[in-house]
Formats: sequence, structure tokens, C-alpha cells
Amino acid sequence: MLAFVNFYLLPGLVLGAIYALSATGLSLIYGVMRFAHFAHGDLLALGAYCAFAASTSLGISVWASIPFAAAATIPAALVADALFYAPLRRSLPAVLLISSFGVALMLRALIYFFFGPTPVTFPRPIVPPLVFEGVRIQARHIWIILGAALCAFMLHLILSRTRAGRAMRAMSDDPDLARISGVATAAVIRLTWIIAAVLVAVAGVFLGLDTQLQPVMGFNVLLASFAAAILGGIGRPWGAAFGGVILGLAEECSTYPLVDGAPLLQPTYKSAVAFVVLIATLLLRPQGLFRGMI
Amino acid sequence: MALLEVRGLTGGYGETDILNGVDLDADAGEVVVIVGANGAGKSTLMKAIAGLVRIRAGQVRLAGEEIANAPAESMVLRGLAYVPQERNVFPSLTVEENLAMGVYARPEKFREGKERALALFPDLAARLATPAGRLSGGQRQMVAIARALMLEPRLIMLDEPTAGLSPKFCSAIFARVQEIARAGIGVVMVEQNARPALAIADRGVVLAMGRNRAIAPGPALLADPNIGRLFLGG
Amino acid sequence: MEQALLYAATLGTLACIYAVLTLGLNLQWGLTGLMNFGGLGFVAVGAYTAALLTAAPSATHVGGFGVPWWLAWPAAGLAAALLALPVGAIALRLRADYLAIATIGIAEIVRLVARNEDWLTGGPLGVTAIPRPFESLGTPTGQVAFLLLVGAVLAVLFAAAQATANSPFGRALRAVRDDEEAAKAAGKNPARLRLHAFLLGAGFMGLGGAMMTAFFKFIGPDALEPVTVTFLVWVMLIAGGSGNNWGAVAGAFAVWVVWAATDWLAAQLPGEAATRAAYIRLFLIGLALQAILLARPQGLIGERIGSPQR
Repeated sequence: MLAFVNFYLLPGLVLGAIYALSATGLSLIYGVMRFAHFAHGDLLALGAYCAFAASTSLGISVWASIPFAAAATIPAALVADALFYAPLRRSLPAVLLISSFGVALMLRALIYFFFGPTPVTFPRPIVPPLVFEGVRIQARHIWIILGAALCAFMLHLILSRTRAGRAMRAMSDDPDLARISGVATAAVIRLTWIIAAVLVAVAGVFLGLDTQLQPVMGFNVLLASFAAAILGGIGRPWGAAFGGVILGLAEECSTYPLVDGAPLLQPTYKSAVAFVVLIATLLLRPQGLFRGMI
Repeated sequence: MALLEVRGLTGGYGETDILNGVDLDADAGEVVVIVGANGAGKSTLMKAIAGLVRIRAGQVRLAGEEIANAPAESMVLRGLAYVPQERNVFPSLTVEENLAMGVYARPEKFREGKERALALFPDLAARLATPAGRLSGGQRQMVAIARALMLEPRLIMLDEPTAGLSPKFCSAIFARVQEIARAGIGVVMVEQNARPALAIADRGVVLAMGRNRAIAPGPALLADPNIGRLFLGG
Repeated sequence: MEQALLYAATLGTLACIYAVLTLGLNLQWGLTGLMNFGGLGFVAVGAYTAALLTAAPSATHVGGFGVPWWLAWPAAGLAAALLALPVGAIALRLRADYLAIATIGIAEIVRLVARNEDWLTGGPLGVTAIPRPFESLGTPTGQVAFLLLVGAVLAVLFAAAQATANSPFGRALRAVRDDEEAAKAAGKNPARLRLHAFLLGAGFMGLGGAMMTAFFKFIGPDALEPVTVTFLVWVMLIAGGSGNNWGAVAGAFAVWVVWAATDWLAAQLPGEAATRAAYIRLFLIGLALQAILLARPQGLIGERIGSPQR
């Protein structure tokens, strides 16, 4: 039981927290702008690498480098939107996907160009895990879970308590009705990009901290983020956060040796869990757990 | 000069024009009812005035100010409120939040607007914390009209406010509509439910193929046998 | 002289193979409006199928069976279509973007299987010594003969794609793409039409993969990469003009020439700079895609992309 908590449940929660951050932004973008943002993963990688650059060159801690990650992802998202997505928005919805697919490639090319293909790790001291009653957990994992929870709480406050947050939810419900209510949609779209970019920057730093940084790290979490967002009901940020945690747990627990000491799923196939969850959701409950847009 | 003056309005989606030169006048305190067959362009006319459908030619003046093709988000501050058909509330927002969306451009007017809304629709008071998506059709319609009235518009456009409602709700809605007009607000209403709507109309407009077919006081249109046979189902 | 001929044959062969992949994507996106971002998965399944069927028996993977290419290539197309069947059947019932997401998943699953199922695919070692048709004719005659074969396959598939586009089936596909409700009202079954187009396109991609392995004589989990297979094909189709088979082929040839030329240019730079130049090239191809989408969404020769939003 203790082994399950230490080697499956806690890592699952950490991974789930990271997925939740990424998927929430994806779901917000989908809700407000109604397109699947395929560059989201590479935006995550960009954030992680910029935090890495800040952390190594300035000698600051990884946590202190998070603002640098956001300082890279926010302008990247806003520029991509202004140059590429905005002109396509009114006319051709499906083409936005292709455009974001192209932006993904451009971001990845930039990361390769500046940081090279070799994986790197955040400078971090090697510390023994904390032990509570046999439950062993790395301090950084506690911070990742708490950090993600804090982000979720802040997002909740923004969405439920502020005028801008209400406008975002209103646009998600019905963009035309929001416009005739006087909502300046361009401003709401910018705000959505900023929030999603901050969330994904944090997710990138956390993922880099949990494992390592590599240029394809973002592409690797893209499928999981989409699966989480769709599982939670696309366009519903809360559902996406919940879906992210579920997916993280499912991925880690999928290798649990439940029967005869053999893992349920070979660890090398872990990343297939997202696909299975995606297909199962599309098959059984395409609107997601929390009734997203279909 | 009428409060709303539409002259030769032409426009539609993409390449095709749905409206082919519509004229429409509405005065303050007047109920104008637009009737016509499906596809006559009634809803498109409202969307075009509200800035949601491109106007290719023609004028739209509100209190003398040209508003054709002005951004939809600017209409509320010009005094034009619009309640679309069916999808007219924010389903995931509570009733109170829906009302708040009505004063999005002037948040400081919330308290005052909410009091007026609840005076007009007292039933909503008990539902303020309910997501609008869980309300009945009639209650949604009330929320939608209340939202549109939050900023004290000069003119309100209602697209089929009684669609799908029980007769009891219909007459309640028509009573509110007359109340709104008595307060000096111009009301332009599209109605499938043509007979009871025309009965309260100061002005009735029959639309066909994106053109005006007849304009007359509502009761006069009802009395006209040709109009009755052609557009009101006999 | 012989070097130049060999180089030209290589370029021409790959251009023809890319044109086949682009035709496949055109059936899916151009004609039907289906977004497939997992082209790699279908190409890889076709590649592995053909490789295992045609290669000589080996201890490191299943088979090979020494089957002749003219049997193995159609089988490769069939295998790719079979892969498309279940996912298409599930995802095509739903919104268009869900298919795009699901296809990324397919590519990932195929990659995992290729890498991990050593008994089947040889794992990281891949499948080697895949025979190439006409190689017994020697250099460069064999390469030229192979180019002619690939060109002939392209011609046949092009004719098939044209026939499809102009058939009642093709008209129905366009009708579904442009106005699903109207097509439904006219008695069409959009879900089934879409699935057929998706399978057909996947089959083209599988066949393209088969020709690629025959050309390189090797397939392994890293032999194909998403950038050169999935993404480049998208750029080719968008550049050439979605919905138009001539455009698909022209786009494939034009973009391939630019891609190969910039590859050559980058390779002239010294060591580290050459690697970096490759990344700049990647960035520029992404930028070029954006430029085409914004400036000339109909492509070089084009029908048009999608239908305007109401």
C-alpha cells in the first residue's frame, strides 16, 4: 500500500497537476476562441527553456525563474495571435488549427536553434525526500502540487469574481451575445492568451523540474492535455483541471503491478494512456464529464 | 425624425444578400412588430441593425446617428439593446451574472439596473443564484429581456420572445412589452405568433423576400384580408 | 555525370512519393475537410508492412516473407486504411478538431509499437536490407527504373484521385464539406462518406510509406519524423491548393525542390552552423505556411479551403 502511494499515487498527482495546468489553458482558449490550439505544447516547452536560461544565467532558483517563463510565453502567444490567428478568425475556423500547427513548428525550431537538441536539467540540489509515516515525497513535488493548486484557485477567483473573468465565461457561452452585451472581444481574447500563457509557462517549469527539458517535451504533453480537456468537457476550465489530474493518475497507475507482480501496462507504453482515455471519452461521453461544448 | 430609421438596408452572409432594401421606422414608446414567412429575413434584419451581419448598402440611424456596420459591442452604449432568438442568455452564468453582463460597459449601474429588472420581473428574485441554463424557457426569456434593459436602452429589439412558450407566458411577455414601451422605450419585435403580437402593435411591418410588403398599424394589418391570407396563415 | 543522374533520380523519386502522400491528404482535407495531423502513423504502418513482407527472413523481427513488391505495396495501403478504420469510425462522428487530435494519438501509438515490439518490428534496429525493385539493373539504371516505377504509381494514383474527385462520390464529399446540413437533406450520409475518404487517403499514405522504405531500403522507429512526413506534406498541400489534385502534385514538387535546395545549401555551411541552419529552415517553412494561409489561402492552383463561416 505504501509502495503504491510512493511510486504511483504521488507521481500521478504531480504529473496530473502539470497536465491540469496545461489542459486548463487549452480549454480556456477553446472556449473563448473555439479552436484546438496545437501550439500549446510547444508554448509549454518555450516557457520551460526560458526559465532554464534565466535560472542558469542569473543564478536564481527555479521558482524565481517562473516569471521569466511567463515573460516569454505571453508575448509569444500574443504575437502569434496578432500575426497569424486573428486574421483567420472570422473566415475559416478549421484553418486556425493548421495555422497553430505551423506555429508549433516555429516555436520548436526556435527552441532547437537557441538550446540545441540535447536534454538539460534545471540546476537543483540533490536532497533526500521528506518522510511522513513511510510516505516519501520530494520537496519539489510538494511545491509542484501546491503551486498548481494555487494557480487553480487564482484562476477560479478571476473567472468567478472579476468582470473580465465573467466576460471570458460569457464569450465561452455565446460570443455573439457577449458582443451585443458590449464585451470588447479582442480584449477578452488577449486576456485569455495571457492567462493561458501563464498557466502553460508554470506547467513547463514544473515539468522540467519533475523530469528534464527537451525540445519535444511540449509535443509529448500535447496529446495528454487535449485528452484531459476533452475528458473534462472542452471549454470548461474546471473540467480540464480535473481531467488533467485523472489522466496523470491514470498514466502512473497504469504500470501498477496489480496481478502477479507484472505491470498492468509496460512503462514504455505509458504515453498511450492519453490516447486510450481520449478514445474512450469520444466513444462513451463525447461531451466530457462536465458537459463541455460538443 | 423617428428614433430608429432604416433606409434601403441591403446585406447578408458572405456573397448572398438576404435583405434587399428594407425600410423600418420606430418611435420612442412605440411597439413595432415585424411579421413574415420563414426566410423572409426578419432575424437577419435585427442582426444587421445590431451589427452582427454585414450591411452592404443602406442607412441605419438611431436618434439621428448613423450606426450601420458599427461594431456590435458598441451598440449597447448607443442605446440599442437586442435579445436574439433562443440563444439569448449565458447558460453557464447565474441569473445575477447575466444581469451583470447587461451593464458590462457601465458596471456602476448594476444595482440600479437590477432593481428595475426585478421590479419588472419579480419572479427572478428567487432565481438570482441559479445558472440561466437551468431555467425554463419562459424564465430565460425574462432574464434575456431584463439583461437587455439593464442600461436603459432607447430601443430594444426582441427576436421571437414568445417562441416555444405556453400561452400563459406569451401573454405575460406581451404585457411586459407594452409596459416597456409605456416607459418611453422603442420596441421592435419579430413575432411568429403574429396575431396577438399585431394586436398590440402601433406599427406592423410585413417582410417578404428581404423587402417590405406592407407597413400599417397592427390592427389595420390584421384586418386586411390579403395580408391575412398571405402571411398570417389565413 | 553519373553522380548528377543519381542525385536527380533521388530527388525525383522522393518528389513523386511526397506527391502520393499529398494526394492522400488532399482526399482527406482538401476534398472532405478532415484534418489529419498524424500522417506519420499511416506512412509508418505502410512502410513497416511493406518492409516486413518484402524483406528476407531475419531473426530480429517477424518475417520477412520475401513477397514481391507488387503484392506488398497494395497490402501496405490496405494496412494503413485498416489502421484508420477504428479511429475514423469513432472520431468522425464528432467535431472536426477531435479527429485532428485523435490522429496525433495514432501517430504516437504507431511510434510506441515500432520502438517497443522488437519481435514484430525489430525495435530500434528496425528492418534492414529491404529489396528495392530493379536494383539488379545496377547503378544508375536501377535507380532510374525505380523512379519510373514510382512515377507510374503516382500517375495511377493521380488518375484514381481525379476520378474520385469527379465521381458522384467526390461531389458528395464536397457537398458534405461545404454544407453538411444541406448534404444530409439531400439524402447523403456524411459520417460514412467521411470515413470512406479518410480510409482512402490513409491508403495512399500507406502506399507512399511502402515506396519510401523500398527507396531507403531501411525502416526504423526514427527513420520517419513528424516534421518531414506529417508537416511537410501539409505545407505542400496548402501551398499547392487544397481540393485540387493538380495543385496537390504541383505543391509537392515545388515545396520538395525548395526543401531539398535549402537542405543542400545548409549542408554547405561548416559543422555547427549547418545544424543551426537546419533549424532556421524549419522555422522558415512554418513561416511560409503562415504566409500562404494569410496571403493566398487557395494555394498556387486551388479550389478553396473550407467554406466561409456564417
